[in-house]
Order: sequence, then structure tokens, then C-alpha cells
Amino acid sequence: MTKERRNLLLNIASIISVYIILWFFQKYGTEYQIRILNNMAVFITLAVSYNLVNGICGQLHLGPNAFITIGAYTAALLTMSPAEKQMSFIIKPLIWPFSVIQAPFPVSLIAAGIAATIFAFLISFPVFRVRGDYLAIVTLGFGEVIRVLCNALQSVTNGPLGLKGLKPYTTIWWSWSIAIFTVIVIQKLINSSWGRAMKAIRENEIAAQAMGINPFKHLMMAFLISAFFSGVAGGLLAHLITTISPTLFTFFLTFNLLIIIVVGGLGSTTGAVIGAMLFAWGGEALRVVESPMDIGPVHIPGIPGMRMVLFSVILMLVIIFARRGITGRNEFSWDWLFSKLSGK
Amino acid sequence: MANGIFFEAKNLTMRFGGLVAVNNFSLKLNGGELMGLIGPNGAGKTTVFNMITGTLVPTSGKVIWLDEDITGLPPHEITARGIARTFQNVRLFVDMTVQENVMVSFHHKIKASFWQAMFGLRKYTKEEERIREESMTLLRQVGLAHLAGEKAGALAYGQQRRLEIARALATSPKLLLLDEPAAGMNPQETMELADFVREIRDTFDLTIFLIEHDMKFVMGLCERIKVLDYGNTIAEGTPDEVQNNPEVIKAYLGEPKNAAG
Amino acid sequence: MTTKIFLQQLTNGISLGSLYGLVAIGYTMVYGILRLINFAHGDLLMVASYTAIYGIAMFTLPWYISFPLAIIVTGFVGIMLDKAAYKPLRDAPRISLLISAIGASFLLENLALVVIGGVPKAFPRPEIFAKVVSIHGVRIQVLTIYTPIITILLLFGLLFIVYRTKAGKAMRAASMDFETTRLMGIDLDRIIAFTFLLGSTMAGAGGIMWALKYPQVNPFMGVIPGLKAFIAAVLGGIGNIVGAVIGGFLLGLAEILLVAFMPEAAQYRDAFAFVILILVLLFRPTGIMGEPIVDKT
Repeated sequence: MTKERRNLLLNIASIISVYIILWFFQKYGTEYQIRILNNMAVFITLAVSYNLVNGICGQLHLGPNAFITIGAYTAALLTMSPAEKQMSFIIKPLIWPFSVIQAPFPVSLIAAGIAATIFAFLISFPVFRVRGDYLAIVTLGFGEVIRVLCNALQSVTNGPLGLKGLKPYTTIWWSWSIAIFTVIVIQKLINSSWGRAMKAIRENEIAAQAMGINPFKHLMMAFLISAFFSGVAGGLLAHLITTISPTLFTFFLTFNLLIIIVVGGLGSTTGAVIGAMLFAWGGEALRVVESPMDIGPVHIPGIPGMRMVLFSVILMLVIIFARRGITGRNEFSWDWLFSKLSGK
Repeated sequence: MANGIFFEAKNLTMRFGGLVAVNNFSLKLNGGELMGLIGPNGAGKTTVFNMITGTLVPTSGKVIWLDEDITGLPPHEITARGIARTFQNVRLFVDMTVQENVMVSFHHKIKASFWQAMFGLRKYTKEEERIREESMTLLRQVGLAHLAGEKAGALAYGQQRRLEIARALATSPKLLLLDEPAAGMNPQETMELADFVREIRDTFDLTIFLIEHDMKFVMGLCERIKVLDYGNTIAEGTPDEVQNNPEVIKAYLGEPKNAAG
Repeated sequence: MTTKIFLQQLTNGISLGSLYGLVAIGYTMVYGILRLINFAHGDLLMVASYTAIYGIAMFTLPWYISFPLAIIVTGFVGIMLDKAAYKPLRDAPRISLLISAIGASFLLENLALVVIGGVPKAFPRPEIFAKVVSIHGVRIQVLTIYTPIITILLLFGLLFIVYRTKAGKAMRAASMDFETTRLMGIDLDRIIAFTFLLGSTMAGAGGIMWALKYPQVNPFMGVIPGLKAFIAAVLGGIGNIVGAVIGGFLLGLAEILLVAFMPEAAQYRDAFAFVILILVLLFRPTGIMGEPIVDKT
């Protein structure tokens, strides 16, 4: 059996085992566990696609919340029935054609991805005119612009009221299938000649360009692919929490993703996956510190913000003392595992 | 290309604000030539390279390549047309392996689309295999094959310089620009480099235009030499002619280190 | 619109703009020397405001002691910020530095949330700032007049330090070339700390005046003014102190006048500054007063 064949079989086997584990939880797990599993999958999709721009291309993009917002609203507007929409939009009626169309969940997810991609395409021209800190602040700015628009364009988004009563279509089957698909496709891209070109831009843009690589084209490609999957994840998120409003998609969300990919290992898909799973689990587990507690006769009131204090401290400690995060830029591979096992 | 222009720079001038970095630089190259560009520090040599390769757009003047006006084209398009370069201060992709560094240069010639790569389709995987093989062949030719899996940043300085040349060769150039290839090398390494440059010119059927500080290196290697001083061309000719040119001697008097080689 | 209302809006714009300018100074100085957007800079407004509140409420200090004290404290918080979040990363890639800055910003905000709580606190407003004067029938709060005057005075003081003192000269040298400055035997870390001290002091002064103008203090009050001040710094030409103040004035004026002339655009106000930023970066990336950057290959 060749190595390639062996690895392919092992990959298939691992995917099957993921589904077996999911089935197990579906049958015996608690609602709480299912929620964490869903969160994990959505964060994996988001983190792996975010890492493509930040870790592989090396551009500090701070606007994934814009893509997620667009995806969430697009998908939500498509799955709601015209009657539901008419009831929700009490301040200003929803504009045509959203007011009349309705689409099945899978179609709405694809539309969510496409809408986010179109937006990414439009903003990529100003965004990639600049680099470094400027790129960071411009992308952050677009995130803010989208948030402002969400509040202001009431005939599309229902303004600050948001959209309520979405159907909980997002099951662990949907969320994990999409997460697995995202990981496979993005990993294939990173390991291809295009991925090499993107890394070359990260390492030294002037040299990359002198070797015949068009930086704008490749950065835009990464940006659009990242936007597509973030948009899809936004659609998943909307149908997971069933209520969306502009306050859900602030810079805060971007900050969470940044923590995930930095702690996991900037530039590594494996790291992004590990980071996302830790975050989804840890984020829930740490809710304890924000909820009121009674230890014997002592009542400790909930401390809002405590989780974020911890997260910020973790982010800074990692970036200062362990800049490579958990995995560095390394990726998991079967070859690596076998060489470890055989002790070589 | 019988009667056409192979390479010509016509009256290239570069101004930064009030400062004239290069003034009226003209140069004709014939296929297969080995041409040198020398001059004291700050004479504008790298600026000439930057104008030719598209990193800088000249204030005035033209660059003609294979009968086409390529002035102001972005660097990646100029590379795609067959002009490659190295950098004065080595600019490798340090966190990628030696082989990956070379493979990057094949990217602009790739025929499959990124869709095919994303879904691992045959058309792409075949091409990837070919790139892998060709890059190994090239590394063997420049004597770096045994280091293919190492991180480029981990190589010794001389090897890094060699890898930079290999990476430029992988773009399949007809004209190769070398920016101070011998910088930081000892006399032994410099001698080996001269042989190496001659060798690649013959194997890859190249025209080479190089900048160098080391006079001995340039005089021994190049067939024609151009001398820049404060942005102006002060001499051009064979090594012998240039060496005995009073203007050149005057320009270099202030820098005995270079005059001594 | 009557001339009266227009004049009123104009003074409002100048006053808001001078606040942006004061905060922008800190961004521009730190950027000039470290090439870093100090994301946490805006949060210093919050630090100054809370310190001033506690000075008055807990220690019953009179405002004329509590305010300057708060400004000084903010200056030292700025130095601590550099020591904790940026100094360990002097030789790290720029992306790490920026991530650390974002982390520091979230840490300050949420620390305030944990310690003080999210309920906005009312900022005490001394009588002399609250007065309203009427000039030819145009009614203006005296604070609106004081703000630009204080800004200009602080600017002159700062320019004196930067251009006439030894420390200021070392600072300018460091912003030109790190290595050479180090070789000249100048202690870079001290110069950087000094830069943070100056920039943060300006932010402290800006924070107090901001809180006087909008007397609701909460842990996240510095975020939006901070972002806008950064945009003002880019608009004025990043690295240029006078440019930062001019950029601030322009941005403040533009915002106020936009809302004055098109009231229906008020809800887009926070997005407007980013549109300006994008336009500046597209058409004049060096800003109004910035020098063109020569890219070395």
C-alpha cells in the first residue's frame, strides 16, 4: 500500500469516526453538549477561513464580522416565510424581492456565501491598496460600516430589532459537514501552488512579485474564499441562535476569531481547528465566572466581562511569550504521526 | 528576433522629489551577453534595476524588451515576459523550504485553475508533480538538491545567495539581473560564483546584466561594463577600456577599497 | 439654515474636532516612532474619565486637582501599556505587535467593566464649564470655546518639547531611524516611554474634556472616539503632530456639518469617518501634511 493510499484511507476513516461520535451525541448527549458541538463546527469553519487571510497570506484582516453579518442576514431573509417577514418588519416594510421569496435552508446558505463574496470583491479594491496596520484599520472600518448599515437600513435588516423566530435548521450534521468540507477545500488550496504563492506574499511580497506572482490577485482570491465560507458560517449561526440583531456581529466577534487563530497557531489550519474547539468548549465552560455563585452562605454576584478579561490576557500572554501558539505553522499529517509513533 | 531589439533602455531617468537618482541611462543588450554595471555607493545602480523590473516607474524614458515597450508594467508581468532578478539584500521566503522557494517561481506558468487545485483534480495534481520534479532538477543543477527540505532561512549565507539565483532561474528568464551577487562573499566564494554565473549563462541560454562592487569579479567576468556615478553614465566599454578611463579612476579615488578589489 | 444655527454648529464642529485632534496626537507620535497603531490609545480616554470621577467622588478632591491628577495618571498608564504590551515585542513581526495592541485594548475595557461595572456613571461638571454664553444671539456653552483653546495651548507646549528640548530631539531622531539612534547612544526604551507619556497625557486631557462634553462615562466610551482620532491622524498625515490636530479639526467639522446639513444622515455618522479614511488612503495615502514615503528595495 502506498503512503498516499494509506493516508487517504485514514482520512476517510477519521471522517467516518467524526460522524459516529456525532451520532452518539445526537442520541445520548445533552442539549448543552449539542450546543457546544454546533458552536465548535461553526467556529472551525470561521477560524479556518479567517486563517487563510491572516495566517497564510499574512494580512491582518479585522473585518470577518462583516462577512458573517451579511451571511447571517441573507440566509435568514431567505428562510423566513413572506408572512413571517411581514409580521416582523413593523417599522418599515421589507423591500422587494426579499418580501416575497423564500428558499430552502441549503440554498440560503449558498446565497449567504455568495452575498458575502460579492461584498468582499467590492471592498477588496480599497483594502488591498494598503498593507499592514492600514489594512487592519480599513477592514475594521468596513466591519463598522456594515454594523451601521444593519442598524440604519431598516427596510432590509429590520434595524436594531433584528430578525427573530428563525427556524433552528442548523443541526450538528449540517454544521459539521460544512466544517469538514471547509477544512478539506481550504487545506487543498493551501497545499497547492496557489497556497505557496500566498505564503510567498506573506514572507516577502516584493520578492514574490519579482517571481511572477500578482499579489493583488492572490490576496483577493484568499479574501473571497474566506468571505464565502464566513458567509456560509454566518447563515449557520443565524439558524443556530434563531435570533439575529446588529449587536451580535460587532468587532467582538472578530476579536474572538483572532484569539482562536493566534492561540491555535497563526498560519496553521490544524491550529485553527484546535483553537476553535478549545474556544467553543472553554467559552461555555468559562460562563461560570460570569454567573452568580453561592458558595455556602457567601453569594458572589455574576461579574460580566470576566471572560473577556481572561481571553484578552490569554491572547496577550500567547502573543508575547508563545508567539507560535499551540501548533506554530505546522500541520497535522499522518506521516508525522507515524514517524512519531515509530520513534524516529 | 533577427532584426528586432532584444533589450534596450532608452534615456531612463528617475527623480525622487528634487533628487535625481538616475539621469538619462541608456543601454542596449544583445542576446547571450554578460554585462556589468558598476559605480560607487549611491550611484543609482539598484534604481536602474528597479526601473527595468517594474518596481519603480521611471520619471521618463523607456524600456524595450523583445520589441515591446514594457515601461511601467508591474513587476510580475515583467517577470512573466522573461526578465528575472535577484536582490542586493537577500529576499528569500525564509519560512518555506528550499524546494518551495523554487516552486513558487513556477506558479505564474501554471495552466490548471485554482478550482482544480481546491478539489484536487487530476489536471492540477499532474502539473504539481511536474513542478516538483522540475524544481528538483534545477536544485541539482545549482548544487542545492541535498538541502531541498530545509527551511530557506536555515541556509548558510552563500547558499542563500545561490538559492536566490535558482529561484530567479525557475521563472524561465531570458534576461537575468543580478544585484551584487558577490556581496559578503570571501575571495574563494567569489571565484566560484564567477564560474557559476558563466555556467548558468551557457546552460540556460541567458543574457546576464549584473551590478557589482567587487571590481576584480566584474573585470574577470563581464564582457562589457557600464559605469555610473551620481546617476550619470561616465563610461562604457570592455573591462580594459573602463579600467583605463580617467573619469572612472577619478570617481573611484574616493573609495580605495573598491579600486583595490 | 439660519446663520445663527450655522455658527453654533461650526463652533460645535471645532470643539469636537479639537478633541479628535488631541487624541490623534498620541496615535501619530506612537506611530511615528514604533510604526504601530496603538489600539488601546482610545481607551485612555476612559481611564482618564474614571480616574477623575473617583478623584472627586472618593477622595473629595476639587476638580482643579482631580482633573490634572487624572491626566498625569493616564500618562503613566500609557507608559505601563508600552512596558506590558509592546516592549516585549520590539523585535517581533509587526502583526504580533498589532494583535497585542488589540488585546490590550480589550483588556482595559473589560477590566473596567469587571471592576466598575457597565452602568454609565455621570461625570461631574464644574460650574465654570457648564455656563452658557450668548455671543450676538448665538448661544454657546463655554466648554465649547475652552476646548479648542486648551487644545491649541497643549499643542504649542508639545511642539516646544518636541522641537526645543533634548528629549524631543532624541524622539524625532528615533522616528527617523531606530538603528542609528541606538548607535548614537540614546536609550531607545526611555525615549519610547517618553513618547507614550506625552501622547497619553494628551489623550488624558482629551478624555476629561470628552467626558465634560458627553458626561456619561462607561467602559467602552473610548472606542469610537479612538477610532475617529486615528482616522484624523491619517487624514492629517500620520507621524505629523500638527497634521494630527488639523486632521482632527477637519474630521470634527465634517461630521458636525454633515449632520447639520443632512439630518437624515445622522445614523450613518459613525460610518462616515471610515469612508473618509478609505478615500484618503486611496487618493492621498500620506495625508494632508505627510511626507511621501520612499520605498527602499
